[in-house]
Amino acid sequence: MDYILSILVFFPAIAGLLGFVIDKDSARVYGITVAAIEFFLSLWLWFSFDGTNAGMQFVELIPVIPDFGVNYYLGVDGISLFIILMTTMMTLIGIMSLSVKENVKNMIITLLFLEMTMVGVFVSLDAIIFYLFWELSLVPMLYIIGAWGGSLRVYAAVKFFLYTFAGSLIMLVGMLFMAYTYQSLTGVWSFALTDWYALVLPVSYQMWLFAAFFIGFAIKVPMFPFHTWLPYAHGQAPTIGSVILAAVLLKMGTYGFVRFSLPLFPDAAVIWITPIAVLSIIMIIYTAMVAYAQKDMKQVIAYSSVSHMGIVMLGIFAMNAEGIGGSVFQMLSHGIVSGALFMLVGVIYDRRHTKMMDEFGGIAAVMPKYAVIFGIMLMASVGLPLTIGFVGEFLVLIGFYQVSPIMTVLAGTSIIIGSVYMLTLFKKSFFGPVTKEENKNLKDLDAKETWSLIPLVAIVVWLGVYPKPILDPIDNSVKAMLNFMDEKAITQEAKDMIHVAKSTKEAK
Amino acid sequence: MLEPIKVSLESLNLITLAPMLIAIAGGLIILSIDLLKEGLHKSLYVMLTVLILVVDLLSTVGLNINERGFFDVMLIDGISIVSQLLVIVGSIVFIPLALSSKRFHEYSYPEFFALFLFMVAGFQFMVASDNLILIFVGLETASLSLYTLIALHNRSNSYEAAVKYFTMGALAAGFFAMGSAMIYALTGSVELYKVAEVLATRTGEADLMIAIFGGFVLILVALGFKLSLYPFHTWAPDVYEGASAALVGYMSVVPKVAAFVVAIRIFGMYIDLGVEWVRIMILVIAVLTMTLANIMALVQEDVKRMLAYSSISHAGFVMAALALDTTEGNTSIFLYYALFMFTNLGAFAMLWISRHKMRRFNNRYDHPYEKFAGFIKIMPIGAVIMGLFMLSLAGVPPFSVFWGKIYVMQAAVNAGYIWLAVVMGLNSAIAAYYYLKLVVYMFLKDPVKDVDTIYYNISRPLMVIIGFATVATVGAIFYVQPLVSYIYYMISASGY
Repeated sequence: MDYILSILVFFPAIAGLLGFVIDKDSARVYGITVAAIEFFLSLWLWFSFDGTNAGMQFVELIPVIPDFGVNYYLGVDGISLFIILMTTMMTLIGIMSLSVKENVKNMIITLLFLEMTMVGVFVSLDAIIFYLFWELSLVPMLYIIGAWGGSLRVYAAVKFFLYTFAGSLIMLVGMLFMAYTYQSLTGVWSFALTDWYALVLPVSYQMWLFAAFFIGFAIKVPMFPFHTWLPYAHGQAPTIGSVILAAVLLKMGTYGFVRFSLPLFPDAAVIWITPIAVLSIIMIIYTAMVAYAQKDMKQVIAYSSVSHMGIVMLGIFAMNAEGIGGSVFQMLSHGIVSGALFMLVGVIYDRRHTKMMDEFGGIAAVMPKYAVIFGIMLMASVGLPLTIGFVGEFLVLIGFYQVSPIMTVLAGTSIIIGSVYMLTLFKKSFFGPVTKEENKNLKDLDAKETWSLIPLVAIVVWLGVYPKPILDPIDNSVKAMLNFMDEKAITQEAKDMIHVAKSTKEAK
Repeated sequence: MLEPIKVSLESLNLITLAPMLIAIAGGLIILSIDLLKEGLHKSLYVMLTVLILVVDLLSTVGLNINERGFFDVMLIDGISIVSQLLVIVGSIVFIPLALSSKRFHEYSYPEFFALFLFMVAGFQFMVASDNLILIFVGLETASLSLYTLIALHNRSNSYEAAVKYFTMGALAAGFFAMGSAMIYALTGSVELYKVAEVLATRTGEADLMIAIFGGFVLILVALGFKLSLYPFHTWAPDVYEGASAALVGYMSVVPKVAAFVVAIRIFGMYIDLGVEWVRIMILVIAVLTMTLANIMALVQEDVKRMLAYSSISHAGFVMAALALDTTEGNTSIFLYYALFMFTNLGAFAMLWISRHKMRRFNNRYDHPYEKFAGFIKIMPIGAVIMGLFMLSLAGVPPFSVFWGKIYVMQAAVNAGYIWLAVVMGLNSAIAAYYYLKLVVYMFLKDPVKDVDTIYYNISRPLMVIIGFATVATVGAIFYVQPLVSYIYYMISASGY
């Protein structure tokens, strides 16, 4: 199927439009069916994907505004393939486990539109089309947080929107300048990423452009000190909002770094390694400490999620195959694990309407199934070997060790602090005697919740034990990208820094 | 004894006058119909107006590019054709808003439609000439008609708006006349191309340049009033508040297009001559306009006032493109307004259908934010459509205004003004807040009272108009390419 990417992007949107007609009691089944079809389509994409080919596949190119160089240009490689799979999977599971009671139909339609924009971001190879989906993804999320969120929901939603919108407008100026530079060198307007890759820019240009893109992406990741919108957004969002936000929307930022910043500006990226690494380490350690100080379970997970994104950032700027490959893998694992954790917090919130840790205690005795799954996800989040969390984190640390052993050691403390706050959370909520009367009769996971979570547990264990089928295509594309960066870099430092040779083999 | 002046009819090239004459004749036809038979329904006049404007449109499309006519005062170049088309299309899409389900005072007078057509003719004269006197005549014809149209809306604050607008407009007209007089005194001509020739030979003379500066400032003030640029914008919010929503939507697009054409002709000439401080002054004013209007818009309590400030800010945005004085910059002005027009049409049409005879929410405002609280629960499709228009105005892709914005910003980057593009970006981010405020009210809040009649003024023609505006806003990506290439071709053909 040549147009599978277009189908992947627009199928949910068309389904969303048609969804207006569906009766509101049937909307849920409709949503699950559509998301499942979308997921199977993405699985099909995976099976027809050629894992040995490191370049872009299933490319579609239709000129939209030729005078201006805007093309409808889609393609997928090993880096984006699995993020797309994770997106469709998390949307499906999110809709399956949906616990929203009012306006379910609106929620389903919003989620389907959101899915279009998310898939769109990861398949676009044209900067304007990328930007289009990137900005559009804010709107459904604004609605989800604002309409179904907690008491401060409007504030949180607007803050989320404005923060990201402001950042991405700066990025837009960067894109326009990039296109202008391309035009002045070649005489042709183009926003196509593959055209831009061919452009070798002087270092001064690269620095400015890198900075412009950095603002857009860093706010989305969110990098310290731009992370302040995230705890609000998570704190106020309904469960489904947090799941999608943590699992997919944050990945857009890190994906942007891999897709745009590194290959377009290799020299600037190398110069920026140290500042970004410092920010990442601050982000890892500081937010982990903040997480420890939280009383609200959801906030703990929100801050831990920022902390883990720090690891992803660090890996990307290791500039070697282990680091970047590990980062991409960590994006997937973080998506699955933090998505699952938010779902789990949502489960308990639906029952007790509170997320405060001191309201609980001894739940393990009342809800054994819940406790087991929570435990597994928690271990994966901390990075216990044989879980999905370990693979990515380990690769990132190996990768960055080649850059700076000291910083790697500092980043490695995240595993220790991470286990401290996560285990504290687990201890306070799950162990000990059941102190509160209302906790004695809590219902364990019902069938809907169990079957939403079991696939995630299976993936966490499967990819923790045997990550090869995913790591190999990622590794191929990452190496191709590094080779390319190595050729393109103009300064000797950059060439020295970008390591291509080693593979991820020893990690397995 | 003087020789009798002989003029051959061919040399007058009267075809260049045809579009305006059609509009004027149309206005006279409407007046005569009223004389012959009274009490005809407004729908007749609306449709007649539309038909006359369609004929006008077709005759404009048929004009040859780069021709002069009528003693060389008419100038039909690419800019004048593009802007005439924008003026006429804008008029065609806005006038059917008169077909609301409720009767409003002004539309029961056929004079309203006659004045409307005279106004269109005025704008057409204004853009189709490089003679300062004819520009002035066109400007005044259009403005005087517009003041009357505002005042016809039978309400005390409409009178206030009309008088305010008239006073400010008269002042602006005075400034324009003085500025033109100065240019004439210094160069001996009111034809801009001759003025340019004279000035080109004398740019080195310092005392002349000071006088030129004076003339420029006078004209800048005049056009600043018309374009509602900071600090000459103070009339705009009150006038917008007093006039009917249908007319405000029109006012925030069409007169500005016409005034921008005059600005391109006059200021573009200065910048072409290398008078750099003209560019600097325009840039300063543009940046101030977009930033301060944005900040003022943040604190408004009424949606219409908010949209008034936002349209000031959009004008500042476009004014910055004018300072670039590149073909892309000038193209972006028209592209921006062409795309902005549909979204604006939609937004004001939505305000128009929710207009009540009496103020139901607030003693002062017709459209306070509270009115739209919980709109999604009362009128889901209306809320979604209004939300689309707001997002489009905020510059969220892929809606229409985004493409205008990106083109303006690209033009700024191409001309080497990257800081300007950054300022534009930041301003769009500020602007997003107040557009979002309405979205938040509509989608995320609960209705304040039972407002079962919020779409009180709706009718089938209005629904068609809104549907059209929605399609044009959402589907912009599909027609931006032909639009850009057409406008770019026309602008570059006329040498700007």
